[in-house]
Order: sequence, then structure tokens, then C-alpha cells
Amino acid sequence: MTNTSESRDSADGLPPLLSVGRPRGLLTGTRAAAVELYRSRELVRRLIAKEIKSRYKDSYLGVVWSLFRPIIQLAIYYVFIGHFLGAARAIPDFAIFIFAGLTAWTFFNEVVSGGTASIFANAGLVKKIYLPREIFPITSLGAGLFNFAIQFAVLTAATVLFGVFPLHWAIFYVIPAVLILAVYGLALGMLLGAINVYLRDTEHLVEIALMLMFWASPILYSLSFVNGAIGGTVLEPIYLANPVTTAIVSMQKAMWIAGSQDPAQFWPADLDLRLAVTLAVGFVFLWFAQRMFSRLQGNFAQEM
Amino acid sequence: MPSDPLPLVVDVDHVTKDFTTHVAKSIKERIVNVFRLRRASSRFRALDDISLQIRQGETVGLVGHNGSGKSTLLKVIGGIIDASTGAVRYRGRLAALLELGAGFHPDLTGRENIYLNASVLGLSREHTEAVFDDIVAFSGLSSEFIDTQVKFYSSGMYVRLAFAVAVHSDPDILLVDEVLAVGDERFQVKCMAKIRDFQAAGKTIILVSHSADQVADVCTRTIVLERGRMIFDGDVFDGIRELRDSYERSRFAEAAETRDSADGVGSGEVEMIGVDVLDAAGEPLKYVSAGQDIVIRVKARVISATPWVTGFTLYNSTGQFVYLLNTVGLGLELPPEPGEYVVDFALAGVNFGSKRLVISAGATTPNGTPLANLNYAAEFDAEPDRHGAGFLRFDVRGEVRSTSAPSQ
Repeated sequence: MTNTSESRDSADGLPPLLSVGRPRGLLTGTRAAAVELYRSRELVRRLIAKEIKSRYKDSYLGVVWSLFRPIIQLAIYYVFIGHFLGAARAIPDFAIFIFAGLTAWTFFNEVVSGGTASIFANAGLVKKIYLPREIFPITSLGAGLFNFAIQFAVLTAATVLFGVFPLHWAIFYVIPAVLILAVYGLALGMLLGAINVYLRDTEHLVEIALMLMFWASPILYSLSFVNGAIGGTVLEPIYLANPVTTAIVSMQKAMWIAGSQDPAQFWPADLDLRLAVTLAVGFVFLWFAQRMFSRLQGNFAQEM
Repeated sequence: MPSDPLPLVVDVDHVTKDFTTHVAKSIKERIVNVFRLRRASSRFRALDDISLQIRQGETVGLVGHNGSGKSTLLKVIGGIIDASTGAVRYRGRLAALLELGAGFHPDLTGRENIYLNASVLGLSREHTEAVFDDIVAFSGLSSEFIDTQVKFYSSGMYVRLAFAVAVHSDPDILLVDEVLAVGDERFQVKCMAKIRDFQAAGKTIILVSHSADQVADVCTRTIVLERGRMIFDGDVFDGIRELRDSYERSRFAEAAETRDSADGVGSGEVEMIGVDVLDAAGEPLKYVSAGQDIVIRVKARVISATPWVTGFTLYNSTGQFVYLLNTVGLGLELPPEPGEYVVDFALAGVNFGSKRLVISAGATTPNGTPLANLNYAAEFDAEPDRHGAGFLRFDVRGEVRSTSAPSQ
């Protein structure tokens, strides 16, 4: 009974008069939203559980299905692209390489597309009950994290199976990778989810943008190909500035031991600095997205 | 504890809400609209400078026509939509019952939905666990259904469970929007009983309702909205009268609009001029006391010679037929020559039970073919009946005596 008793302890024994809606200030608004969201953590937890449960409800295999998709995907890329197309010749341990990138990408993809659709998907709640509406994109993040954990477990199992378990210090690169994807994914999910209420085309636009982004990140091909094609030109720093690329490279650095030990592979210079800057920019972006969201959410109920 | 004025719990301060209604929603349409100079949207004011203070323990009925802004006001108070200008402040925990089961997910079981819905309404898990059995008991669901997915529920079960969760969320301020109009009669009785429990516990309730009876039944104060403006704030019965007046105004306005077409009735031999309600001395009357003698004067003009009859009909404020009288019933012959006539219908010792009565007058040929009609020609209020309710009133009294055998 933490927060309720707190708010009841005003001078005359009455709860204080609180304003409806949020302060418009840049910092006070963020603080108010953070407090509200912290108080709603129980609800967020339940909504995430609902999201996961309802996805596989009534299917016999349930959550096992979320294992199948990545495993089949892994097999396709490994067999058809790796061996038939010959991508595996230039990339050692191609299956691990691809799966490391895919795991990261799937997570990001799910958070962004889920977040974009989340406000509409919860129209019933948004129109009828006041809640800090950020919880809906956050729920997408939570559900995405859950699926990521499963995929990551599959990935780890695969490294053990292939005898290339990443027993090295670089395994800690997983942390900034996940953080960057989570921060950017949530920020984009929030922003796009809010815009989608006003402009229904956003959802379709996001679908296409994500497809582009998938191919613009070193998931199916390694960074060495990029370096070979556009290395030294002005395009290379632009390509590398993509935060998703940075996160995916970081993920590969951690999980793809054959690559991180292979001198033929290209790794961007100052990866640590890149990660730090990307993450810092990401937090600023997240703050900005939340401010935008806060402004736009006041009219959600009437726009839907 | 300061005694006299109860603490303020809801403070609505000069709230205005403008809606923008979009015509276009897709990018293509918006781009096309950029090139047109006018924007493809129109603004309308749903709430116009509303200020009100609600104190602890009050039950406020928000009433008004469809589109008067009452639901919008409730949503602004509940924080579901932001006000364009102005501010709303409140004290304590607020729960909005705008739709039962808003947070229900069809694929989850009743049990899972209770927990989910409770946390949507702001309840902690410990609290939900503590009241879980009460919720199930109140909903009247059997234990086997609690662990069934709610998509298999009947709509009645669904609503009952949702209401049960909502009322157990224990708010300090309860916002209710028409949700009491759902469910069967027995369930509605249960809902109203729960609302009274809330009142007894000193909670504040703000209720949106179309039903004047419901407002009269539970509210301690009425706020009447008309086209976004607050036109009345105060006593329940005055408020309901104000609401009826407001209904009446719009109905008169509508009738005036359609009057031209109504004049198309008949071939123009007779024209209705108007109706007056008079007392026995011939003075105009707005308020009729019980047992009073009144005269209803119908004024008409005969344009071309024709045999005709005239009469009037009384309706109550909801348009139900109350009484009809015409010259045929009185055995009164009307002169067929052209000219203006007044026809007086004297009613001795009226005993109307309806509060507001509306008069329509008309003329027909002796075999019933309509010649002219005048709807909503006049209105008057009858003295409220403090004892009974209905179309009629009587001098009533009661007594009680024992019929069991006297015990020595």
C-alpha cells in the first residue's frame, strides 16, 4: 500500500486536489508520466501476460509456437541462403551469424510494429478509461522482450550445439545491443502509435519502412560486404550511423565467436564509443517521443 | 475536522472543449486537402466554459439531450479526453464506469479478466485478491464459469462480471455513464442498490443519465447541459423541470419547422390560429392548481364556408396521450360561415397528475377528414402531486389498523 497511503497524507487528512491531465512542461511532464507509469507497473505486467497468453490461446502447442518460427527461419536462411546462394563461404558459422542478427532484428521489429498498432488495438480501453497510455507501447516492448528471450535461448542452444559457445568477455555486448533496440524501438513505437491514431496510413508506412530497414542492416550479409561495396565513401558512415546496425553488430560481436576471431571480418572502429553515443542519443529520442506522445494522447479518445 | 462545508472533491474550472471533426483521414485525402484552401475539418464546441464544484458525498446527475455534452464533460473529468482550455482537479481515487468490461479480453478466463480489469481500474493485486470472492459472489457466476473464457459467456454474465469488478474497485469518486441501463431488471435493482451503498459510504457520484426518473431517484443535485452550456445547476426536481423545458423547447422548435408542412393538411378551408389556457376569470394561465377550473380556448378562422369540428389533445412531456376533447363530444355545432371564431372548452376541477402538459389543436370535417392542425400550440404545468404519481391525481389519505385478533 505504498502510493495510495502517501497521497492520502495531506495536512487535513484528505487526499490532495490533483489536476486532471498532465503538466505540459518538458521536465515536469516527463516526471509526472514516469510516476504514473511506475504506479501502473502491475497493470503493465498483466497486459504483457495477456498479450502473450492471448496470442497462443486455444492452440495445443501454445508458446512452443514462438520457438518454431525462428527455428524454421534459421533453417531456411542457413540452407537456402547460406549454402545454395553461397553466402556461407564468406561468413564462418553462417547459421550463428544470421541467427544473432535475426534475433536482434525480430525484437526490434516486434516492438516497433506492435507499438504502432498498440493504441488502436486497445481502443476499447483508451476510449473508456483513463490510463497512462504509454503502457500500450510499453506492453509491446514487454511482449517483444519475452519473445526475444525465447529466441535468445534458441540462439544460445545453437552455439552449444555447434560447439561455439561465446565464452569470452565480448558476450557483454549483448547488453548494449538489447538496450539500444529497446530504447529506439519503444521511442518509435510510442511516436508512431500516437501518429497512427491521427493518420491511419502510418501502420502501412511502418511496415514498408521496416522492410527497408531490415535490408539496410547487416543481418543476412556481414559488414565486410558493406565495407567492400561502399567503404571509404560518404555512404559508409551513413550506413553505420543506423542505430539498429550498431545494435546488430554489437549482438554479433557478442554471440558470433567465429566472426569476432576472424581477421577477415570488418568491425566498425570505436564500437564502444558508437554504442555509448547511440544509446545516449536513444534516451534523448525516447524522451522526445514521450513528450510528443503526451501531447497527442489528449485527443486519442475522440480521434478513434 | 472542519465541520460545515464538506470538502471539495471535484473542481471544474472554466472548461471548454472544441472538437475537430475530420472529413479525411488518409494521407491521400489530406494531401488533396492541402491544395484546397479550406481545411476539410470543422470545429464545434462540445463544452462551453463549464465551471462547477462538487463536494464530498454529492450524487450529481448530468442530464441533457443527445449531443448536449454530458458524456464529454464526464470524459474530461475522468481525464479520458483533455479539455481545450480550463482545468479539472479532483481529490482521491476516481473510477470511470463509462463502459462495462472495457478492459475484458475474450480469450482470457473470468478469473484472469477479473485481475486484469481490476488492475485497469487501479487496484493492486493484494486488494483484488482480498475482494475476489466478493466480486464473484456479486456477479452471481458459478465457479465453473469463473475459469471459462469470457467469450463463452452470455452477454448478461459478461456485464454482471464487469459491473462486479467495477463496483469493487472502491473509488472515492465514481463516474457513471448510462451503464446502469444494461442488464435485466433484477440486475439493475442490484446496481441501484450498490449505488446507494456508495452514497451511504459518503462517496461522490457523477451520473450521466437519460432517465429523469433515475436522476430523481438517486441524485442530490442536477446539472442540465444544453448544447455544451450549463443551463441549470441545483435542486433535482427543478433540474428535471429545466430538462423537460429544454426538451420542450427543441420539440417546439421542431414543430415550428414542420408546421408549414402540417398546414398542407386539408384544403385550406379552416386555419388554426392558436390555443390559450385561461382560468375561470379569463386570465392566461401557466400553472394549474389541483381542482382548479380552467378554460382551453381554441382560436380558428374559417376561410371558405364548410362544416367543421374542432378540439384539442393533451400530451405529457414524453408525448404520451393524456386527454382529448372536441366539439362533437360536447354536441356543439359550429357555424360554417367564414370568419374568426373562439371555441372555449371549460374544464371544471381538473386533476392532472402529469407535471407538464402540452396542447395540440386541430379541425376536421364532421366525418373526420383533417382540415388543419396545430401541434404544440400551448403548454401548462400542473401542480406536482406530493403523494402519488401518474396521469391523474386524487385527494388521498391512508390509515392503518390491526386485523389480527387482540391478544389478551
